[in-house]
Formats: sequence, structure tokens, C-alpha cells
Amino acid sequence: MNPFQAIGAGILNFLEATGRLTLFALSGISHCVRPPIYPRLILRQMIDIGFYSLPVVGMTTLFAGMVLALQSYTGFARFSAEGAIPNVVVLSITRELAPVLAGLMIAGRIGAAMAAELGTMRVTEQIDALETLSTNPFKYLVAPRLIAGVTMLPLLVLIGDVMGVMGGYVVGVYKLGFNEQIYIVNTWNFLQASDVISGLIKAGAFGFLVSLMGCYHGYRSKGGAQGVGAATTNAVVSASILILIANYLITEMLFTT
Amino acid sequence: MTEATPKIEPKIKLDGVRKSFGDKHVLNGYSVSVMPRESLVVIGGSGSGKSVALKCILGLLTPDEGEIYIDGKPTVHIRASEREEINARIGMLFQNAALFDSLPVWENVAFGLIQGKGMKRALAKEIAIEKLAQVGLGADVGKLGPAELSGGMRKRVGLARAIAGDPDIIFFDEPTTGLDPIMGHVIDDLIVKCVKEVGATAISITHDMASARRIADKVAMLYKGQIIWTGPVSDIDHSGNDYVDQFINGLADGPIQMELRKA
Ligand SMILES: Nc1ncnc2c1ncn2[C@@H]1O[C@H](COP(=O)(O)OP(=O)(O)OP(=O)(O)O)[C@@H](O)[C@H]1O
Ligand SMILES: [Mg+2]
Repeated sequence: MNPFQAIGAGILNFLEATGRLTLFALSGISHCVRPPIYPRLILRQMIDIGFYSLPVVGMTTLFAGMVLALQSYTGFARFSAEGAIPNVVVLSITRELAPVLAGLMIAGRIGAAMAAELGTMRVTEQIDALETLSTNPFKYLVAPRLIAGVTMLPLLVLIGDVMGVMGGYVVGVYKLGFNEQIYIVNTWNFLQASDVISGLIKAGAFGFLVSLMGCYHGYRSKGGAQGVGAATTNAVVSASILILIANYLITEMLFTT
Repeated sequence: MTEATPKIEPKIKLDGVRKSFGDKHVLNGYSVSVMPRESLVVIGGSGSGKSVALKCILGLLTPDEGEIYIDGKPTVHIRASEREEINARIGMLFQNAALFDSLPVWENVAFGLIQGKGMKRALAKEIAIEKLAQVGLGADVGKLGPAELSGGMRKRVGLARAIAGDPDIIFFDEPTTGLDPIMGHVIDDLIVKCVKEVGATAISITHDMASARRIADKVAMLYKGQIIWTGPVSDIDHSGNDYVDQFINGLADGPIQMELRKA
């Protein structure tokens, strides 16, 4: 085959996939705001995403904060800047690590589960059955997941922020010999509302991406157990990549000026 | 037919419907019509496109060509809201039952009432239990999950769900497959009752000729994506069509050659 043909076909495929995903996302969003809305289902998703992910997100951010304190000590001690450790920990956690780590953990935990659940519903014709029972699958399945994703991830990240700072504090005070009060004061004084808020904005976007990819791949899966397996993998991989890309884009948008 | 006779419109009419998956042509100009309160049974070999045709009528699949009329109105390219209105009047029993496995049995049956029609849960539950009783399942089954049922029980729950909203059009995709002969008979009677007493229009798919004879007013035979014979059920034994004869008698020899024997 002519190489240009192959490149052209690749580009066309990519554009087509992007278009399909965009339409899916727009349709999902539009169903979030138009009645009927299913509070019961939204609540169930919120509990699944928010409450049951607490241990995972708490643990990852706790250890991230701990290792951050330890690593920055190694570096900063070389030019006697150990005093900046609380500051480095809180900024890295709130701006970067808590949202990204939480996003990636949720992509694995929730994105996969969503893709598997919707995928199974698709291949066993349950989604078709919904339609015949005059229930729009976008409203019934996709919208509650999108809403729960966008609202719960920021809450998780807020808790992750606290856990991460605590991790840094524990290492700082008990291992590196910081004074407890000075550590806390240094953490507070340098922290600005915008640091936390930017992290929460990212978290909202990541939550949306995870739910979107989980629903999109699950909804479109076909071909039995193997198809559902593939949908699950695709959901996790694509959500993770999109999270990292979106992370850069949002950071640039919020911080260049 | 005289001028005075008001023309009765078919409830459902398929006109030259074609549907292919890739280069596999499943429906090749499928045309059939069903009058109001009529019970049509579609027969035809496995994989001949019977289920696909029902999904086209429901709008779950879009035909590549042709038109489908419900109450005289074309439905292939309608808006989602109009489709929802039409589907609210149709009940469907899927071949594999397609029960929602996240919900208990009674909620499966009551689903269309609660979500589609906005009925109170308590009232919908009562109706669900009544419908379950009609398909021979006790109220205790209502609390179980679909995964805890046998294949035949799932089918019956699917049937109860299809008729729960008292639809005017009902599709049964192999309603008696997997049921014992007695229960099969009970289900056939229930289908006849839905058509005769409730006044629904039904399209059923079945491979069970005894059941077909009980529930059908009219029989249509699908072969290679087209209806090759249609007529009242009383004519089925002398259809004059070799394909139909072979099919209803289940003969290995005849014009229908099974794929595996060609190889
Ligand atoms: N979603 C799909 N994608 C691709 N091919 C399909 C799809 N659905 C059905 N087919 C094909 O269409 C053909 C008809 O399928 P259908 O389910 O309508 O058969 P059927 O007549 O109901 O058979 P059975 O009596 O075994 O249920 C089959 O050969 C099947 O491979
Ligand atoms: Mg079938």
C-alpha cells in the first residue's frame, strides 16, 4: 500500500474516533442537565466513587507526601535549605500529586468497573432492554456516572491533600527532626487558596475523563467476554493518558500568567 | 372490497427492509404486515435474521434500506423523543431475557412502570408480583436476583417484564424455548390471552411448531433475509411451499440446505 494512503487512513480513523467520543461526551453532558434525573442512581455512584475510594486515595497520597519529604530533604540539605521542605510538600501535593495520583487510582478502580459493567450490559442486551422500557440509557447509565465522577474526585483530592501533608509532617517531624509547630506554620504560610483550587479544578476534569472513558468504552463494547475485557483495558489506558495530557494543559492554562 | 369498508391500516408494516453487518446481508427486502390484534409468528432457520428484524422495528438497529410503519407512520428516521413514545407502547421479550442483573426480579418486572411511566414503587411492585404470578412465579421469586434463577425462570421474568406495562404491541423472541412442555403451554395461553383479551398485536418468533400453532393467527417464514411464505396458521400444513413443508416437519432433506452440509 502507498504510505500516504496508510497515513491518511490513520488520520481519518483518529478523526472519526475523536468525533465519536466528542458526540458521546456532549450527549452525556446534555443528559446530565435535562430531566428526568435519577437521584438514587447518582447517589449510588457517588458512594461507589467517593466513599469506597477513600482508602486507596488516602494511602497513595499519604505515602506520596512521606516520600516527598524524604527526597526533598536529600536534595535541600546539600545547600542548607531544609526549611523549605514543608513548603515543597504542600505545594507539590495540592497542585500536582494529589489530583494526578487520585485520578490515576480512580481510573484503575472506577473506570475499569464502569467499562466492565456497561460492557456486560451491552453484550447481554440489557442496554437494548432499557431502551425498550422507555428509559434513555444515557440518562440512566451515563449521566449519573459523569455527575458522580465530576463531583466526587475533588472531594477525594481534598482529603488526599490533607493526607499528603500529614505524610510529609510525619516524616518531617519524626524522622528529620523538624519542630512540630514550625512545620505546620511553614506549611500554612506559604499555601495559597489558588494552589488548592487549581488542584480541585484538575480533579473535576479528571473525574469527568475517568467516567467518560469508562462509559464510552463500556457502552460501545461488543463481542462477549473478550470485548468487555478489551473495553476495560481501553478505558483504563485511555483515561490515564488523557489525565496526564489534561494535567499539563490545565497547569499551563492556570499558571503561565 | 366495497367502497364502504373502512380501510384498516396494518399496525406494523415492514417494507423492503434490508440490513447488513459488513458484507453479511442478513435482511434482504423483508416485507410483512401485521393487522391490529393479530398474532404473527415468524419462523425460520437459526441465524436467518428473525431477532435482527425485531430489533429494527424497535429502533435498536437501523435498517440500511426500507421503511417500517407503525400505525401507518414511518419510524426508521424519527427523533429520539418520538422513538421513546413509540417504544413506551411496545413490550419486548429478548431471546436471552436480558434482565437487569443489578436489580431484583420484581424491580425488573416493574422497571417500565417505575422509570418509564413514573409509577409509585409500592404500586408497581404489586403489579409486578401479579404479573409474576401470571407466568407461574411466586412472590418469593420477586426478591431474588436474576443470577439466582434458572434459564426458564429468567425467560418467564422477561415475559412478565414485557407485558407489565400492558403494551399494545408485544414481541416475543422465542418465549417457550427452555421451558418444560407444560409451562410452555401455560405461556402460550398467556400470549393468546394478551392478544385476545387485552387486544395487543403480537409478533412472536419460535422454533416450536406446536407452540406456533397455538399462538399464531398468521405465520410468516423467513429464509435468506426475505419472507418467502405468509398465510393463516390453518394453511400451514398445505402451504404448497416446499421450504415451509420441510421446516415445519423438520426434515433433513429438502430445498433448505444446512450450511454445514454444503461444505
Ligand atoms: N450486532 C450484530 N453484528 C453482526 N452480526 C450480527 C449482529 N446481530 C446479528 N448478526 C448476524 O445476523 C444474523 C441473524 O441473527 P439473528 O439473531 O437475527 O438470528 P435469528 O434468526 O434470531 O436466529 P435464532 O433463531 O438462532 O435466534 C446472524 O447470522 C448473526 O451472525
Ligand atoms: Mg434470535
